[in-house]
Amino acid sequence: MSAADFIEFAALFPDETVTHALVRDIELPAAAGKPSPGTFALITLDNGLDHSKPTTLGPRTLVELGKVLEGLRERAARGEIAGVGVTGKPYYLVAGADLSAVKALEKREHGLWMAQLGHDVYRTLANLGVPSFAFINGAALGGGLEIALQSTYRTMSTGAGALALPEAFLGLVPGWGGVYILPRLIGPENAVKVMIENPLSNNRTLTGPQAFELGIADALFEPADFLEQSLAWAAEVISGHVVPERGNAVDPAAPDTAARWAAAVAAGRRFVEAKTSHAAHAPGKVLDLLEANRTITQAESAELECETLAELMQTDEFRATVYAFLDLVQKRSKRPAGAPDRNLARPVTKVGVVGAGLMASQLALLFARQLKVPVVMTDIDQGRVDKGVGYVHAEVDKLLGKQRISQDAANRTKALVTGSVSKDVFTDADFVIEAVFEELNVKKQVFAELEAIVTPDCILATNTSSLSVTAMAEDLQHPERLVGFHFFNPVAVMPLLEIVRAPRTDDAVLATAFELAKALKKTGVLVKDAPAFVVNRILLRLMGEVTAAFDEGTPADVADNALRPMGLPMTPFTLLAMVGLPVAQHVQESLNAAFGDRFPVSANLQKLIDNGVKALWETAPDGTQEIPQSTLSLMSFGTSPSTGEDVLRRTQDALAQEIGLMLDEGVVAGPEDIDLCMILGAGWPMFLGGITPYLDRVGASERVNGKPFLPPGRASRPAAG
Amino acid sequence: MSHHGSGASQRTVRDIVFVDGVRTPFGRAGEKGIYAGTRADDLIVKCIRELLRRNPSLPPERVDEVAIAATTQTGDQGLTLGRTAALLAGLPRTVPGFAIDRMCAGAMTAVTSTAGGIGFGAYDVVIAGGVEHMGNHPMGSGADPNPRFMSERLVDPAALNMGNTAENLHDRFPAITKQRADTYAVASQAKLAAAYGKGLIQPDLVPVAARKPGEGWTVHSVDEPPRPGTTMADLDALRTPFRPHGRVTAGNSAGLNDGATAAVLASAEAAAELGLPVKMRLVSYAYAGVEPEVMGIGPVPATEKALDNAGLTIGDIGLFEINEAFAVQVLSFLDHFGIPDDDPRVNRYGGAIAVGHPLASSGVRLMTQLARQFEEDPSVRFGITAMCVGLGMGGTVIWENPHHPDYSGTTSAASATEGATA
Repeated sequence: MSAADFIEFAALFPDETVTHALVRDIELPAAAGKPSPGTFALITLDNGLDHSKPTTLGPRTLVELGKVLEGLRERAARGEIAGVGVTGKPYYLVAGADLSAVKALEKREHGLWMAQLGHDVYRTLANLGVPSFAFINGAALGGGLEIALQSTYRTMSTGAGALALPEAFLGLVPGWGGVYILPRLIGPENAVKVMIENPLSNNRTLTGPQAFELGIADALFEPADFLEQSLAWAAEVISGHVVPERGNAVDPAAPDTAARWAAAVAAGRRFVEAKTSHAAHAPGKVLDLLEANRTITQAESAELECETLAELMQTDEFRATVYAFLDLVQKRSKRPAGAPDRNLARPVTKVGVVGAGLMASQLALLFARQLKVPVVMTDIDQGRVDKGVGYVHAEVDKLLGKQRISQDAANRTKALVTGSVSKDVFTDADFVIEAVFEELNVKKQVFAELEAIVTPDCILATNTSSLSVTAMAEDLQHPERLVGFHFFNPVAVMPLLEIVRAPRTDDAVLATAFELAKALKKTGVLVKDAPAFVVNRILLRLMGEVTAAFDEGTPADVADNALRPMGLPMTPFTLLAMVGLPVAQHVQESLNAAFGDRFPVSANLQKLIDNGVKALWETAPDGTQEIPQSTLSLMSFGTSPSTGEDVLRRTQDALAQEIGLMLDEGVVAGPEDIDLCMILGAGWPMFLGGITPYLDRVGASERVNGKPFLPPGRASRPAAG
Repeated sequence: MSHHGSGASQRTVRDIVFVDGVRTPFGRAGEKGIYAGTRADDLIVKCIRELLRRNPSLPPERVDEVAIAATTQTGDQGLTLGRTAALLAGLPRTVPGFAIDRMCAGAMTAVTSTAGGIGFGAYDVVIAGGVEHMGNHPMGSGADPNPRFMSERLVDPAALNMGNTAENLHDRFPAITKQRADTYAVASQAKLAAAYGKGLIQPDLVPVAARKPGEGWTVHSVDEPPRPGTTMADLDALRTPFRPHGRVTAGNSAGLNDGATAAVLASAEAAAELGLPVKMRLVSYAYAGVEPEVMGIGPVPATEKALDNAGLTIGDIGLFEINEAFAVQVLSFLDHFGIPDDDPRVNRYGGAIAVGHPLASSGVRLMTQLARQFEEDPSVRFGITAMCVGLGMGGTVIWENPHHPDYSGTTSAASATEGATA
């Protein structure tokens, strides 16, 4: 086959942003006193756009690249060229397959063609008749890194970043040869790290030096003259003066390889189990291919890879992941739905934090580090104030100790955070946030005091997780200045910020809140003032169902493990212990007050709180998890146990109902914002698409609401499929 | 810092040696040129990195100063080039740098002023060079000449245009005809082509990667300006843009070019300590001013002054590297000293008429080429590098050949030079 056989297929993508394969002939530099080793054809992959538009590999791009490579193969046969190189426009080798194009593949057959097209093109690259070189100047993801792997030799820039095979994260496999070549090049253990562990660890990527260290590249050069040095190195390789050493490479046929290979695959499977409970299929498929390909040829592996890709491209999981990753996290998070014109935002040059407890101290640290403006904390006595400021200073010292910040930055941040027992320090603050006890009257009193001190323009914010922002604003002279600013724990890590608009919050205040979120490197999502907003309402609805099933007599392990097929980051009871039983119960009570029986308050849970029990599960002396008899004896259970399937279905239906109601109430602009909140605020997996694509996929939306949340094709296969 | 022992009140002048010099291939300025879209500071950075690669025994932290010249010091040639280039080249942050300007003699002045610092004991090792991207910075762009130049007739406005000053020089020396200028230019092209053929130019060139929209990356390793095979007939056909029926054409003058050069200089002691090659020893230098209207005659008084400083006569000079801004300017120099137009001591590898003249960078190109000719020809003891400078100046540097049997340098470094290693 040749690239030309795919022209008809490529024609299905008239809107693709084509990454062109531009070829220049370069006379290779000669060693002293020797003739030049010949002419080198250098391909630059370039879509003609600036660095904000990454180069990608769509069908038309691949056909063009394939034709160019076939032309070079002919020139090599005629003896016109001595080598071929591939590099990219600044900052990118290639960012990977064009996911928008792949997501649009309507039929399994189309996915198969796409997979075969990539293999056809890369096979040409690997069999030009002359050596091929990838000069990895920048990001190389997925199919982008596979272009490099399919080349005979690779050089790496120390300035390159975002090097990865993220397919397992996206719901695919590195099926353009990566899964076959990588374990041979860098060893099966390292290959599992790159293809499994990194993708499933928040889609971690490698830097140039790290990738070089693993053996992905043969030579490492600095960015200032990367291409010149790469070319000089290529000339040395072509003329035989340099023979790259590959210390991590393995021969699959060597006697000890089989055991190493099997052990690496087994370790990978354990990792996948721990990270996803096998709820996502793609990581397992990667390991299946890796396991199978030790003893087969590259061509045989290519066929398996194509079949697997074709299958996975048609799964809803893959499409939900692309929706979550591209449409939500990459795009929607940068343009928050409903946020007012950013030009309305006011500058924030000093921040006040009312309270000096743990949450308040975390907020002070975040504001000081990210905004680099003075932050002043207040509390009712000097001891609390000192403790809060001391916490911030200690955290800064920890960052310094880990060399995450410089001594100067540490000095600056510490100097920015001060404390006082008098709220008079807020007179020149532009933004004051409270993080005091979760009690409406306490908060209203704080705001009343603040209004007497702060300037008329000063924005007041609450970090409440369950109280009504509207009620808090009621007695204010300037209710338009109050906004909800709900962070998630731990504040430094969780990327979500629910920005709560009360009925009278004005646009300038809201615009400032969104600009502030951006400056704090958080994703702000606009939510209406409704009990527990988005993330906590959904989490507590879920925990309420599981707790209710447990209270009804379902065994703890059955109830707590029923949601495993969803692949959530932790089980409901583990989450409950992490949040803290009293906090969870407090929010549940306020939700029960607002919405009634949909949020049942568990009497068993109250008994545990009353007796100071901090978690249901405890670690037994033999290392297993168990509920101690002392805990069990505090509780009473019903006599109608459920199966795990029942609990799962019941929870799915409850979530579909709750989200349907939230959308009817206008809590957020659409199901996309619900999904964005659950991904960024609760760490729910991309392959669920957040949550609504999952509920559509399992039929819960249809069962409860009579319709899906999202139109077919948005985060799933198109209806025609 | 200097490791040279000198008391607070006593100073001894130290020998200054030229260790190594490199340059980028030169390009034609403008959108079609090889460096359209390439930054000037990137060009100089490639030179500095190549110098460090070629001289691995020089610890980067031992560089005491980085002096980089440019005529237009804005944009990609702004922000104190010597310092920014040092940082961008990956030199340690402890290495300082500055920017310098004497128009065409920028790199030459970077060399002589840092050489003064070495002689005085302030530096052991320096990097000096220059860059001019005349595509990014057309000659005179952004300049705002003081109106007093005109109102008080301090300088004829025509003298701000270098082509006019070259025509003026023809007026002053009627014996220098267009015929002679063109003959000289044809020879310059031929000599450069011959030097390329013998591989005498390539070893001191730093390859430069450049990328253009719609074309992709390539790596440039040869000069773009040369027009080998140029004939008298070719030159006859060219217009005389500065005057109707004039004598100065694009063919008998240097073009508008992009490029960068850099050199390592050291005290003789530091070169010996660090095992650095000694390619030339600085004997003397001088700058002189002349009427801006005939700036091309500048090298004549500058050379007389430098010879006088060194106690030498023109007869002692065995090799000349004279910048060819205009053929008439070289010929006026040769006539003054009674040297034939085709004297084999003059510009053996051709000159700027063929290879190009990215203003502030050219001074170090002359030195690098003289150093290579010294190595080729140990019978020559002294050579000069000289150039004319806009607004009526000339600059001359006299060098001694360490390969000559009577070499006066106190230090004979182990290997005077081993040529290119790249």
